[in-house]
Amino acid sequence: MTPFDYARARSEQDAVARVKDAGTKYLGAGTNLVDLMREGVEVPSRLVDVTRLSSRIEPTDGGGLLIGAAASNTAVAEDAAVRARYPALARAILSGASAQIRNMATVGGNILQRTRCTYFLDVEGARCNKRQPGQGCDALEGFNRGHGVLGVSPACIATHPSDMCVALAAFDAVVHIAGANGRRHVPLVDLHRLPGDTPHLETVLELGELITAVELPSQTITARSTYRKVRDRASYAFALVSVAAALEVAEGRIADVRIALGGVAPKPWRAREAEATLIGAVPGQSAFVAAAELALAGARTRPGNAFKPELARRTIVAVLSDLAGAGQ
Amino acid sequence: MTITINGQPYDLPTDARVSLLDFMRERLDLFGTKKGCNQGACGACTVLIDGERVLACLALAAQYDGRSVTTIEGLADGEDLHPLQALFVKHDGLQCGYCTPGQIMSAIALSNEFSRGAPSSVTTDLDVPATPNREEIRERMSGNLCRCGAHNGMIEAITSYLSEHS
Ligand SMILES: Cc1cc2nc3c(=O)[nH]c(=O)nc-3n(C[C@H](O)[C@H](O)[C@H](O)COP(=O)(O)OP(=O)(O)OC[C@H]3O[C@@H](n4cnc5c(N)ncnc54)[C@H](O)[C@@H]3O)c2cc1C
Ligand code: FES
Ligand code: FES
Repeated sequence: MTPFDYARARSEQDAVARVKDAGTKYLGAGTNLVDLMREGVEVPSRLVDVTRLSSRIEPTDGGGLLIGAAASNTAVAEDAAVRARYPALARAILSGASAQIRNMATVGGNILQRTRCTYFLDVEGARCNKRQPGQGCDALEGFNRGHGVLGVSPACIATHPSDMCVALAAFDAVVHIAGANGRRHVPLVDLHRLPGDTPHLETVLELGELITAVELPSQTITARSTYRKVRDRASYAFALVSVAAALEVAEGRIADVRIALGGVAPKPWRAREAEATLIGAVPGQSAFVAAAELALAGARTRPGNAFKPELARRTIVAVLSDLAGAGQ
Repeated sequence: MTITINGQPYDLPTDARVSLLDFMRERLDLFGTKKGCNQGACGACTVLIDGERVLACLALAAQYDGRSVTTIEGLADGEDLHPLQALFVKHDGLQCGYCTPGQIMSAIALSNEFSRGAPSSVTTDLDVPATPNREEIRERMSGNLCRCGAHNGMIEAITSYLSEHS
């Protein structure tokens, strides 16, 4: 690891003021960043530790929840309001990493964790457009079983690996941001960019912008939600496919529905067309299959991940069926 | 900047690159905590920080200024093993022993997590405190790998510890 300066931010303003140039990075618990620095993927000259900024989880005026960016993943999953009103969020977090990592990992760091694409991580041995713009992508013709099928481009097929973000996407979460030019709010689904031909540009954050909190709006549907993660082993593995969904049925018809996918796209993926077609439909196999078809309609596969669209469709149908069954 | 390890205060390293794991093993001669993968994948380096289990290999020591660390060396009382250590011996919860310090530290935290009603991904009802059964223990210990396959003995040791101590 190349040497770097370390400073602990005393406040949000202090954190933002400490960012001098692109060589400065914010440091959450380091569970992703420290690893990337050891691999030489990230070589910051300065780290600004933001783990002692707000970790509060508090109700908002609108009846939602505001989660400080320094809250640990464990604190969010164990929070009584999250468990009761946003169960898919608790389940998504609990399905990720291990207890040790969830205890360390912060909400801000989880959102901005980088892809687990092995070619991205292999500085010496592989080409990667995300790591080295214009270099080429070894995943396209390589081992791409874990790679994305939605929103991918000829330049990059890496996925965003977060479980937590999939539930946040389903729940219309809003990211609170502070920067040198003031504060702003960005919907979580608009925070990450699609790769296009600039896969190295991963988010809409400007230099030095700090995530200060995540806001969950108050919506009754979120209480009837769940998360299912499909992976190569029963625990402690990243998702091949995951689904966060919520369903509200009134008088035998679908009144509201949320579907978000993980493991298949470069960003937490909200399946809005699939949701739209379900509104007003009778909950059941045929409506769920049609919605799942729509959710994966734009899939582009490589030989290694050709199984993913079907796996994603079946997982969507299974999760919606579970939710419909639980409501009867 | 100081950190407390097993009740002893130490000055933190001035080089911010030093992980808590390397700090303990290479500078303080505390070799109990093991280095398996050094990238968060195996759990061999598990220690408690203020009672919660974390991975010392991914923790930059400088971040834990003022905090209190417990390692495997902090468990026994002189020659008397901690009850969970004794149960690991009794139930053959180890073979080569390399993963064992991490397994034991992890299981101690797991016991506290059950006590406060923390859910896991296999907990059916998030509103009801989870029952410490085999499935729950396996899920909660999944962050600690064992290449020797001593899991069955470990799970027996942990089950027996939970029934006696929580
Ligand atoms: C073995 C292993 C298995 C894992 N399995 C899973 C899994 O199954 N599912 C899953 O979802 N995740 C998994 N993870 C990833 C884990 O969730 C992330 O490493 C973690 O959430 C990152 O949080 P952190 O606080 O440690 O972030 P850091 O590593 O400190 O930072 C990550 C990035 O976020 C930036 N950052 C941090 N905080 C802020 C902020 N407030 N504002 C702006 N930028 C910020 C940093 O600059 C850095 O670029 C796994 C990790 C490991 C090591
Ligand atoms: S050495 Fe820390 S997890 Fe493997
Ligand atoms: S006892 Fe050998 S690795 Fe677990």
